[in-house]
Amino acid sequence: MNLQAVIEVLRGDQQAERAIPKRGFTAQLTTLTAAALAFLAVFVLAASLSASRMAEAWASDLSGLITVRIPEDVPDQAAVTEAALTFLSQAPGVADARIISAEEEQALLAPWLGPNIPTDLLPLPKLIEVTPAEEGADFVLLGTQLSAAVPGALLDDHSSWHRPLVAAAQRARLLAWGSVGLLIAVLVGLVTLAAQVSLISNRQTIGVLRLVGATDDYIAQAFVRRFTMRGLFGAAAGTLCGMLAIRLVVTPSLSAGLGLPMPFPGWHATWLVFIPILSGATALIATRLFAHRALKEIP
Amino acid sequence: MIELKNVAFHYGSENLFDQVDLSLEPGSFHFLTGPSGAGKTTLLKLCYGALFATAGQVAAFGRPLDPETRDETAKARRRIGVVHQDCSFLDHLTVAENVALPLTVTGRQDLLGNLETLLRWVGLGKVAGQLPPSLSGGERQRVALARAVITSPDVILADEPTGNIDWDMSEQLLGLLMDLNASGKTIVFATHDMPLIRHAKGLVQARVMRLRDGKLQQAGADL
Repeated sequence: MNLQAVIEVLRGDQQAERAIPKRGFTAQLTTLTAAALAFLAVFVLAASLSASRMAEAWASDLSGLITVRIPEDVPDQAAVTEAALTFLSQAPGVADARIISAEEEQALLAPWLGPNIPTDLLPLPKLIEVTPAEEGADFVLLGTQLSAAVPGALLDDHSSWHRPLVAAAQRARLLAWGSVGLLIAVLVGLVTLAAQVSLISNRQTIGVLRLVGATDDYIAQAFVRRFTMRGLFGAAAGTLCGMLAIRLVVTPSLSAGLGLPMPFPGWHATWLVFIPILSGATALIATRLFAHRALKEIP
Repeated sequence: MIELKNVAFHYGSENLFDQVDLSLEPGSFHFLTGPSGAGKTTLLKLCYGALFATAGQVAAFGRPLDPETRDETAKARRRIGVVHQDCSFLDHLTVAENVALPLTVTGRQDLLGNLETLLRWVGLGKVAGQLPPSLSGGERQRVALARAVITSPDVILADEPTGNIDWDMSEQLLGLLMDLNASGKTIVFATHDMPLIRHAKGLVQARVMRLRDGKLQQAGADL
């Protein structure tokens, strides 16, 4: 099907349209189905893309973050910390290294243990924050060298956290598009079913149109345009309702309070325009394929 | 114009007719008669591609009518006007819109100017804006005739058009078909109304074909 054919379908033939009566429940069924599926698609995309974005944000926070930990049970923790700092400041691939102060440790623990924690009384590890050089380095090798040079010092590049988060983000994105794919499959099924009902209930009309010389293309086009428009406008209404519902449920203050990203921040909402377009295109292709096949079976 | 060669038609295992040969020449007038169930409607449907022969060849205007060339069959049908006994209309469209339907379908809106004249010719100028369910049997037949001839087809196939109407209306309808024949159109008028065929004697030069016992008998003699 070329672009010209799509334009012709969208432009339509008013007279051909008028020939097919608008009756029966298929009109409402297709529009409502497209609206409901678009509504669900907005929610599925919102949930999955938010999860994906959150995992990405965590992964981004962790990427490039390298910490050296000197556990509390290492004898002479302060001396080992200084030795590790000296080693790191001379190591290749390290731009900067600094010991995390007691105040900073307090701030890190505050969300779990509250303010004014007596850090000097708690058995806490000493932490050194390492800023990698721009050119990067092999931090696995650096960790091995550090442990050999300064026994008790442990380098953590957080890759054990980073990798699963990146994988989780990818899975969430796959889940989103997979769910949209399933919704499209449901739409194809329902549009085909509705088109079948419509063609059967208009058997007499088809007979009259054939009697006066209508080709299958002419008859099919009237059905195709009708179902395309129902798919398009139904999904547009469903998408709009879905967006409004999400705006009502996930407010910016709630999002900030829970630390969750907004589902469709800023211009990302414009992606939702593709839901009705996809719905209309799906209805167009499904009806066109089905109508031609069905018309061959109607004598 | 329309030619059937050695045509057979079976409904399931029932053999309706076979070895039917028919050639409709330009400007000819044919009565097709025979008992009910003999296959008159089927024979006409074969002529305009609403049914396809079980065996043999059917061609209209040089194009073979078969299920493999559906678009070609549809285009050939545009040169054939059909009037049925149980005339089907699109009940949500007005009489005028129904009559104009062949022009809409074939994209020949340039002929819409003839619509009013045509409706007056069949005596339906006043019901143009009505919906088909409100029409009487005779009016429906005349609407069907107007719809069949609006594109000025070469052949008009009328299947028992007088089956549901009174004698006066039958005479009137026959008169309209004779007018069309006089203007060069080929007419096939299927009917088992022998008094009407006898009435046509002297009014039109027509040939009578009789479908009986699975064979098409051509009377050979003009009325």
